[in-house]
Amino acid sequence: MDIKTWTFILVGLSFALYIGIAIWSRAKSTKDFYVAGGGVSPLANGLATAADWMSAASFLGMAGIIAFSGYDGSVYLMGWTGGYVLLALLLAPYLRKFGKFTVPDFIGDRYYSNLARTVAVIAALFVSFTYVAGQMRGVGVVFSRFLDVEVNTGVYIGMAVVLFYAFLGGMKGITYTQVAQYCVLIFAFMVPAIFISLMMTGNPIPQLGFGSTGHDGVYLLDKLDGLMTELGFTAYTDGTKSTTDVFFITAALMAGTAGLPHVIIRFFTVPKVKDARKSAGFALLFIAILYTTAPAIAVFARTNLMDTVQDVPYGEIPGWFTKWEDTDLISWTDKNGDGKVQMLPGSAIVGKQPEFVEGRGELGQRMISNASDSENELYVDLDIMVLANPEIANLPNWVVALVAAGGLAAALSTAAGLLLVISTSISHDLIKKQLAPAISDKKELWIARFSALLAVLVAGYFGIHPPGFVASVVALAFGLAAASFFPAILMGIFSKRMNREGAIAGMVAGLGITCYYIARFKLGWIGSPETSTAAHWWWGISPEGFGTLGMLLNFLVAIVVSRITPSPPKEVQDIVEDIRIPSGAGEAIDH
Amino acid sequence: MDNQSRKGYWRENFKYLSILLFIWFTVSFGFGILLVDELNRIQFWGFKLGFWFAQQGSIFVFIILIFVYVHLMNRLDKKYKLDS
Repeated sequence: MDIKTWTFILVGLSFALYIGIAIWSRAKSTKDFYVAGGGVSPLANGLATAADWMSAASFLGMAGIIAFSGYDGSVYLMGWTGGYVLLALLLAPYLRKFGKFTVPDFIGDRYYSNLARTVAVIAALFVSFTYVAGQMRGVGVVFSRFLDVEVNTGVYIGMAVVLFYAFLGGMKGITYTQVAQYCVLIFAFMVPAIFISLMMTGNPIPQLGFGSTGHDGVYLLDKLDGLMTELGFTAYTDGTKSTTDVFFITAALMAGTAGLPHVIIRFFTVPKVKDARKSAGFALLFIAILYTTAPAIAVFARTNLMDTVQDVPYGEIPGWFTKWEDTDLISWTDKNGDGKVQMLPGSAIVGKQPEFVEGRGELGQRMISNASDSENELYVDLDIMVLANPEIANLPNWVVALVAAGGLAAALSTAAGLLLVISTSISHDLIKKQLAPAISDKKELWIARFSALLAVLVAGYFGIHPPGFVASVVALAFGLAAASFFPAILMGIFSKRMNREGAIAGMVAGLGITCYYIARFKLGWIGSPETSTAAHWWWGISPEGFGTLGMLLNFLVAIVVSRITPSPPKEVQDIVEDIRIPSGAGEAIDH
Repeated sequence: MDNQSRKGYWRENFKYLSILLFIWFTVSFGFGILLVDELNRIQFWGFKLGFWFAQQGSIFVFIILIFVYVHLMNRLDKKYKLDS
């Protein structure tokens, strides 16, 4: 059977499974909808958290980014896993003991202020929308490549499926769907990785394989370092980012991970405080299976890519190359006129994406209008590395199709978790807690469902008008979460002296300066283009790493302001005492 | 629960946190970032050691840290009879 038939079968089967689970686990109350009734086992919650966590960026983007950035890619590996240590040790158990539905719930109650709650809601919406934009684009990429549909049609199909189970099942539906999605995505990620590792090194475990020798008896990494330095690249294991920047980006991703509302909210769904701790451990374990495999895939993919296309005449190029070229994700310009493909340092194009023009070159290659002056002839979209890898390595068709189903599972599960946070923020934090406290549970459930509908439509809009690369968009959401939630929650638990004034001032300062920096240096909305380059970054910190400074400013402002304003009231100090003691955590409380 | 044991519980918890977070910082920011060039001079099987910590080792340690914390806290909860 060909790839397309296999893809239809596997994607169809996986979608049928998700929808079946959604029907089976319909939400009957707001508690079901928001926190799955509070009765999810730590293991199931760990699986669901892992699926919720691993997005299109982790599945499709990360290995590609590492393949092209080598050591620099470590920021994502350490950042996106190290955050779980912070979560498990510093936040999750206490928030579970606190026992409400949402992060703004905690901020609002702990800081006895609706203003603080509103700031938290705005931050939650901001972070979630930034993040969800990348997911829908991921769905579109997978569909367009494997099912030959328009990217936009792919986004519509994805929207319909997510809406179906988020609308019907809420957190309960999403949790059990995510358990299934984790299984699909990890299987899809590991099968090609194991195949490729076996082929290239004879070792079936990718984590060991990329530290082994290839068939020529040379260590794979040494060979790759050699190939790359020979062509003028930095060695794969060295990287080009400054130590300061690597440090700040990693810290921002860690604190951001611990502060992401859609991750935190998952720990409200387990029965007890000790389940919250254990569940964070399981989540990291399941995440680490993919995260320790990704750098291995990156090395295999980069080596394979160089072996199969470097200095190969375009006429003899493998089939996958021209197929991806037809979907605009690879471009080749014969700059030196030798008819062979050369992959060298520097960007092959001017701008972010190749602009294809009508007609073909004499060798049949597609032509672009924005080729750069550098000697590099090849543009490869980073998102396709994982998708193309099985084809590059000549794996059977069903494996290629499996990767498509896995990519969709990753994107859909994360999108669903985010949509839930968005709809909960609107129906619970804004409407129930602030605008109309008197509404009935049933009414609130319907408002939650319609907010989910609204959120899907907005997410779909972002999917059709994608803001840049999948992973870099997601990275920004972390900076914002690190600069707003992480300090506010941490101080809420560990400092009895932290008060309303301090927390609000800190969040506003952290969020404000991070937004400014991103608008200034990432989006180019403020200031002239000449002064928005890397040379003008403050202390050499990139926009991706700036969340760490935003976080430090948040801490600083909050502590200073809280010392010159009155202590929090006695009841609030009692809340803090109470959440530090694990016993007596009821089920997630009804309101 | 009286004030005395409340404080004792929190102090012990805090001690565990400090030790575990120190290790967390050392393997990632220490070995994987600040000391990476020094450690890269050491060959660890097919890897340079610093590179290995940055892309593999730190993650393995993170998992162990969380499960050690789970174990320590379960024991602590039992000691203070908070495991109901």
